[in-house]
Amino acid sequence: MTTLQVMFILLGSITLAGGLYTVTARNLFHGALGLIVALAGVAALYALLEASFLAAAQVAIYIGAIAIMIIFAVMLTRGVMGAYPVKDLWSLAVSSIGTVLLLAVLLVTLFRFNWPQTTPAAVPADSIAQLGKALVDPNLYVLPFEVASVLLVAALIGSAYIARDKK
Amino acid sequence: MNVVNDPFTWAGNVIAQWLGGFLPPVGVDVTMMVLRAGVLGVFALVMFMVMTWIERKGVARIQDRIGPNRAGPFGLLQPIADGVKALTKEDITPDHVDRVVFNAAPILSSVAAMIVFAAIPFGPGLIGADMNIGIFYILAVGGLGIIAILMAGWSSNNKYALLGAFRVVAQLVSYEIPHVLSIVAVVMLAGSMSMITIVEKQPVWFLFVLPVSALIVLFSGMAEIGRSPFDLLDAESEIIAGHHIEYSGMKFALFFLGEYVHAFAVSCIVAALFLGGWRGPNIFGLTVPYLWFFIKAILVFNVMVWARGTLPRLRIDHLMAFNWKFLVPLSLVNLIVVAVADRLAQAGGLAAGTWPWALVMLVFNLAMLVVALALVGWAGQRARRAAEPREMPEVETHDEAHDAEHAPIAAGAH
Repeated sequence: MTTLQVMFILLGSITLAGGLYTVTARNLFHGALGLIVALAGVAALYALLEASFLAAAQVAIYIGAIAIMIIFAVMLTRGVMGAYPVKDLWSLAVSSIGTVLLLAVLLVTLFRFNWPQTTPAAVPADSIAQLGKALVDPNLYVLPFEVASVLLVAALIGSAYIARDKK
Repeated sequence: MNVVNDPFTWAGNVIAQWLGGFLPPVGVDVTMMVLRAGVLGVFALVMFMVMTWIERKGVARIQDRIGPNRAGPFGLLQPIADGVKALTKEDITPDHVDRVVFNAAPILSSVAAMIVFAAIPFGPGLIGADMNIGIFYILAVGGLGIIAILMAGWSSNNKYALLGAFRVVAQLVSYEIPHVLSIVAVVMLAGSMSMITIVEKQPVWFLFVLPVSALIVLFSGMAEIGRSPFDLLDAESEIIAGHHIEYSGMKFALFFLGEYVHAFAVSCIVAALFLGGWRGPNIFGLTVPYLWFFIKAILVFNVMVWARGTLPRLRIDHLMAFNWKFLVPLSLVNLIVVAVADRLAQAGGLAAGTWPWALVMLVFNLAMLVVALALVGWAGQRARRAAEPREMPEVETHDEAHDAEHAPIAAGAH
């Protein structure tokens, strides 16, 4: 067992535990905190893959912005602190069968496919510079996407202007 | 390297050699990593004590009083007295709080402030982890402290704590934007996000090359920590201390610790990004990079204490307007102007990192600052003129005919 495998198992278990707690917690706020643990675990897995920029971006964007937005949405909902019992046995049965089917499909796919076993290539030293160049390269595909986001901002500003109440 | 030039690396080598006598190499590595992390953590906590002492003495002197002078000479043992007081205070947990979240919030708040120190360059080789995303790591873990505040506000089972937490988070999230944008200008000029590279690219300090970015990073840093003049949201007289109203004793001390450690971390970041980090002349022929870094960080912290002692608190709508209407557009314009100026200067034959290049950048920056302040002044003039009354009120003219008219009425009124 190499150190890498041990770390992967540890971090993977933390991520899965966070995810499990998110979907089974009765208290919505606790579910949001479990989501944060899961997101942090994913960021650690990125760091394990030597994708340092992606790990920091995951923490900054998901935990620093999206998780906060989710927590705000949870706090502004009423009746969050109560315990929600299972609705009825029928929905429990149907959801269990659906989950088991999905698990079966995923396991069959995982074990029947011939995953290519090559050694991973070395991460280039200036990976961030290359990422930056790829984001603005006119010959690649990200630039039209970014121009579309400018269009979105224009639409947002226009709709905010139209929707404001005029005194 | 010898002992005086780099005592930390020398000590690290000595300890590693001693450990290598009875541990396998893996054990030595792991032990050295744990030791380095421990030293950084202890350094952060000791600096917390020094920061509170500087703050209390500094603010006291600005307010024309002496400050703590009972505990030890010049009050130097006052932080220890504060710590003992916090430990002996009763730890009250109110009814119906969310126990786990309530206890985890102060821990997360102080830990999120301390892990920033892993990426701060104290010297040429003295950095916890030289990541190629150094400054981005620091910005990312700033978000963890925000989660801690939300946890504190929510689990306290107190309306005012929740409202205070909402407002604090709104302020912190808003001020992250000019903070990040101005740091992007620094990263653009240095060509890398690694903190060591940023310090090495400063033969001319970035304070002179990017003064607008430096000011914006300092202001938004102060707002990010929640210090005066941006501390409307957790000051004692407003909304009764906001999100840490229900915390007493050591838990409150942990929040307090998180705030001051974060303040020192922001001072270190500004010193590394704008004041040239550990660069400085040799003292008596010895290179002491860590001492210069320390001096610069304390200097920036003194500027923060000065701002706290001098400026009145900003109201929440003024605070938000300052951010969204002034700092964010200024940061965006700053980014564009810095990029254009840098390319123009380099196309004109000036190499980056030399004084002529720095002078060109400074001229562009100052022009931008003058235009921005002129715009703000013009907007302020317009608002002031709009708030004045439109017409002068009618002035009563007293002449004989007027008095004769009204006098009989006045005389015969009884």
